[in-house]
Amino acid sequence: MAEIIQEEKGKGGKKKPRKGDAHVDMTPMVDLMSLLITFFMLTAAFSKPKVMEIVLPEKIRKDEKVEPPKIAESRTLNIILGPDDKVFWYPGKADPAVTVLQETDFSATGIRQVLLDRNRALFKKIDDFEQKVLKGEIEIKQDSMQNAIKQLKKDDDTGPIVLIKAYKTSKYKNFVDIIDEMSIVGIARWTFTDISWIEENLVNAALGIAPVAQAPAK
Amino acid sequence: MPKIKLATKSPRIDMTPMVDLFTLLLTFFILTATFRPQEAAPVDTPFSVSETPMMDNNVMTVLITKGNKIFFNVDNGPDTILKFRPKILAEMGKRYNIEFTDDELRKFEKSGAGFGVSIQDMKAYLDARTADEKKVFEKGIPIDSADNQLALWILFARQVNPAVRTMIKGDAEVEFPVVKKVLDILQEKNVNRFNLITNLEKIQVTEAKTE
Repeated sequence: MAEIIQEEKGKGGKKKPRKGDAHVDMTPMVDLMSLLITFFMLTAAFSKPKVMEIVLPEKIRKDEKVEPPKIAESRTLNIILGPDDKVFWYPGKADPAVTVLQETDFSATGIRQVLLDRNRALFKKIDDFEQKVLKGEIEIKQDSMQNAIKQLKKDDDTGPIVLIKAYKTSKYKNFVDIIDEMSIVGIARWTFTDISWIEENLVNAALGIAPVAQAPAK
Repeated sequence: MPKIKLATKSPRIDMTPMVDLFTLLLTFFILTATFRPQEAAPVDTPFSVSETPMMDNNVMTVLITKGNKIFFNVDNGPDTILKFRPKILAEMGKRYNIEFTDDELRKFEKSGAGFGVSIQDMKAYLDARTADEKKVFEKGIPIDSADNQLALWILFARQVNPAVRTMIKGDAEVEFPVVKKVLDILQEKNVNRFNLITNLEKIQVTEAKTE
């Protein structure tokens, strides 16, 4: 529908061809383009999902005669994910008579503080390293920086060994959150293990439910 | 005194710059657009601070929806050339003595979306014409020990494409035991390295720093 502007009729009715350019009406073109842009904008995957890698230790099969690795009790920190975004933790080994669960949450002053207190040495090392890189004292490429941090974590032998366990009514979100905390605080050694019946009872008690879990029959 | 002549023409706006801009935008969006098939089930992934973007190919995804249904997907990517999807389905059919026609295999290859259908319903699911008809069969992939089809899907997916990486896309509100079961199945099949699909969350890490 290109329209050409008609010259007004001059005096004497004599047609004079107008000089200058003929206008092409671009409105339909703009209409179409806006439509297409809207379409592509809406279908475009702007926020690509992110992934978080976790590596779990290999399962020890029943028929294999392999002992699970032993870890120092003093360095062990157990975290149990509870219902309603609650987090329970206790250090060392579970003992129904002695162990008292500490209750906390996912806020910055919650479980993160607990982890930070125990992981201060390593956290400081990583933080110092990052600060130096930021200030330009150490020149290092992004890739090798990641590797250097990994190496720092690998060499760490004072930080906690975190065992994550999930109570039956905890949510998947909590699981992701706690792994997130591990990377925020820079915990070098953590893993996810099954909750034991003792711990289940401890959580039950903390929640005010009668302990029901029993020791599995041998 | 001559009269002031008012312009009788309607005022025009020069649209050329606008068209220029739109063309640029359009080109940008066309070039950046990636068409991915619609996800079989809506899943609200939890948030994390991880910044690794999701890989585009050689992935298999286990979806866990809010209703605790399990969906499975072997994503496209090099699939279109190497045709992993129909191979996996054919293997799966062989195990359950279900023969899939070429037409059905092609449909499975083309769809590219996740599915939550037991293998017994797969034939009917692929032959269904509308989305509503398909919905009827989407009861989730069985994962109980009597008929653990998810384990077989994982097994065959890894046999057909050894480079495949495992993604778990769970809804934030899923109860943990279901996730645990999926993790157990994966570990049974010797998959110890997973990628959890999350959304990026912006949080202040510095707050927690104590000196």
